Amino acid sequence: MNRGVIHVDESPVPLERWRRFLPNWLKRYLPVRGGRSEDHHGKAIFGFTVFLLSESIVFLSFIFTYVGLRLTHSRNWLPPGVSGPELSTFVIINTVVLLSSSFVIQPAENSLKHDHIQKFRWLWLITICMGSYFLIGQGIEWSKLDFGLSTGLVGSTFYVLTGFHGLHVLTGVILQITMLVRSFIPGNYEKGHFGVSAATLFWHFVDIIWVFLFSLLYLWQA
Amino acid sequence: MTHESSENIIINREPSNELENNWRQYLSFSTDHKVIGVQYMVTTFIFFLIGGLLAMLIRAELITPPSNVVDRPLYNGLFTLHGTIMIFLWIIPFNAGISNYLVPLMVGARDMAFPLLNAISFWMIPPSGILLISSFLLPNGTAQSGWWSYPPISLQIPPGQPINGEFIWIVSIVLIGISSIMGAVNFVTTIFWMRAPGMTFFRMPVFVWSVLSAQLLQLVNLPSLTGALILLLFDLSLGTQFFKPLENGDPIIYQHLFWFYSHPAVYIMALPAFGIFAEVLPAFSRNPLFGYRSLAIASLGIAIVSIFVWVHHMFTSATPSWMRMLFMVTSMLVAVPTGVKAFGWTATIWKSKLHLETPMLFAMGGAAMFLLGGVTGVMLAAVPFDIHVHNTYFIVGHFHYIVFNTITMAIFAAIYFWFPKITGRMYAEGWGKIHFWLTFIGANLTFFPMLPLGLQGMVRRISSYEPRYQGWNIVASLGGFLLGVSILPFIANMVGSCLYGQRASNNPWLATGLEWQTTSPPPRDNFEEIPVVKRPPYDYGDPKYSVIEPPDYHQQENHSR
Ligand code: HEM
Ligand SMILES: [Cu+2]
Repeated sequence: MNRGVIHVDESPVPLERWRRFLPNWLKRYLPVRGGRSEDHHGKAIFGFTVFLLSESIVFLSFIFTYVGLRLTHSRNWLPPGVSGPELSTFVIINTVVLLSSSFVIQPAENSLKHDHIQKFRWLWLITICMGSYFLIGQGIEWSKLDFGLSTGLVGSTFYVLTGFHGLHVLTGVILQITMLVRSFIPGNYEKGHFGVSAATLFWHFVDIIWVFLFSLLYLWQA
Repeated sequence: MTHESSENIIINREPSNELENNWRQYLSFSTDHKVIGVQYMVTTFIFFLIGGLLAMLIRAELITPPSNVVDRPLYNGLFTLHGTIMIFLWIIPFNAGISNYLVPLMVGARDMAFPLLNAISFWMIPPSGILLISSFLLPNGTAQSGWWSYPPISLQIPPGQPINGEFIWIVSIVLIGISSIMGAVNFVTTIFWMRAPGMTFFRMPVFVWSVLSAQLLQLVNLPSLTGALILLLFDLSLGTQFFKPLENGDPIIYQHLFWFYSHPAVYIMALPAFGIFAEVLPAFSRNPLFGYRSLAIASLGIAIVSIFVWVHHMFTSATPSWMRMLFMVTSMLVAVPTGVKAFGWTATIWKSKLHLETPMLFAMGGAAMFLLGGVTGVMLAAVPFDIHVHNTYFIVGHFHYIVFNTITMAIFAAIYFWFPKITGRMYAEGWGKIHFWLTFIGANLTFFPMLPLGLQGMVRRISSYEPRYQGWNIVASLGGFLLGVSILPFIANMVGSCLYGQRASNNPWLATGLEWQTTSPPPRDNFEEIPVVKRPPYDYGDPKYSVIEPPDYHQQENHSR
């Protein structure tokens, strides 16, 4: 695929490969001497990564608010009669499904890179199912909780954090469905597949964020 | 003389292309970064005029001690929208506009990295701005809690009005923020990926370095404001309790998130201005920029330090003393890279023969005024002094010395400097000079009185004050009206010169930047052939490249050479 001109794999010795890692990376992502504008795929992925960096700061600001409120208001964190989000097996299974989907989507992207389009479609479909499972699971969990959005700080923070993350999962799934549909249009993935790479990156991003949210919301018990 | 090899400056004085007067393209959805740049600049200038009108209403109210011109809720709305418009709809998007126009030209690219995204970023601005301003028409008026929108004040809205001024305010600022983030992604990718062959990082003009630093700040810091505003919106309309002190929420957290963006925001506004000084000062003193590398790196340095100073806005917000100490020190550290900048500008024009054309006047005026803005800033960084003048007009004086006397002056310098490139015509020098002197005098008359007023204890955000403050207030108000008048020769000059100005050559200032190597205005793809860059950016004075004789700026003689 159209991945630029630097091939890190050419070196036979693994050590040598690592020694060249930084110079290669610099040349690839910060073309130090200019003149790399034809690499449209690399450019687009760079831009998308930069965007995700920015997006993670929005999550960070929510997490900062959560931790700040939690530390200064530990006494009245839970209003009377409310037990807070519970670390049930249901939640754990949901989490495991979401996190393991990262290990499905990466081989999917790789197989497209090697032109195994059929394999790509199957793995991609599995990822879509896993993501949708998580979304439905979260909906069920929400409906069973004994507090609402305006029930004290626990309600405000829990629903906003999980809701904002869920919105990202939904976006990721929609992106994936679009890419799956597009793979049936003949000739679509011959000139590179920025959309698939971006969707993959986005999915990893969503998963990493969930690791943090899961630890903060469920493992850090009152 | 004719075109020389790509290593040398083109010093022919004849325009090499036909001027086509295709003004309709500016009203269309274009993906050309030059069209988008002009669209940004003209749109934000209109917002600047609106913000200026609000300012004149504020100054009219403050000319007499009692509150008599506008009522208090309206006064609150006036200063809220004045600040919001000037920051979010004038300086920040104007910088995006001029950067849009210049960065691809300066790095030798045919367009921005993502042209479609670029157009979308621009077209989000006018609707958001109109939405914001239209909130004056709501039955209870526009937002009244200042451009900070601190809770709990911003959450105290009259009941029974689902769509209120504060709601509209938050929605428009979030929209403008999304536009800025998309723009930042575009700028950073363009600067990393679209440079012409040979355009190494240390051959980029300082303006490009400044844009890069400012846009990195947008990426890292702006999302924290967006996050804070989303939570504020939920508090306002969905019954959550993040920032409501009476329901266990914590308004101080909002202040942290707000200033984590809004302090660096001052550098998002100021860095491009510093970049403009670095382009204009060498060109009009025919000297290479002094300490090019240190100035380039200082841009990044300012950006990085400014991420770690936001608490100096919260010295009086129940901040623990260790935190005050820490942030006092980091705030004062900002003075180091900014000092490098100021030293570089001074050394550049030191002992040179100055050409005092309008862009140079504005650049020198702006750079000189930054001295007072920066010094008052360092004074404010000292905790005891800040506690003394906090919430007084001293603050207002300080930041207007920065945002108007420095940044807006730099913006005018940029408009005059690149006007021939953008329009292919020359502006009228005499009118430009009149504009400069009216602005310079008006600005100092308006903003200097605020410093003594603040030291004497006049509180900000009030529509009536004790009579003993009236003297300085009259001076400030008259200065403010003078500033209002000063914009008229500017508009006349711009409109008139666009239509009837003398045809400008490709490089009227004999400057060294890549943008001057193409035609005025540049063709759709910027360069006939992508240049290969072989020389450093500011080689004025190097006998190998530069023109020794003083340039003939306005082509008084005939065109045949
Ligand atoms: C370079 C461009 C600068 C701009 C555009 C700028 C702008 C501003 C603005 C808008 C405010 C008012 C905040 C408010 O509404 O409460 C402010 C306050 C302040 N500025 Fe600056 N400033 C700049 C440079 C500096 C520097 C260099 C320093 C320190 C070294 C500094 C230190 C402060 C402090 C401590 C305050 C807070 C005062 C208070 O509210 O008690 N500023 N500045
Ligand atoms: Cu600050």
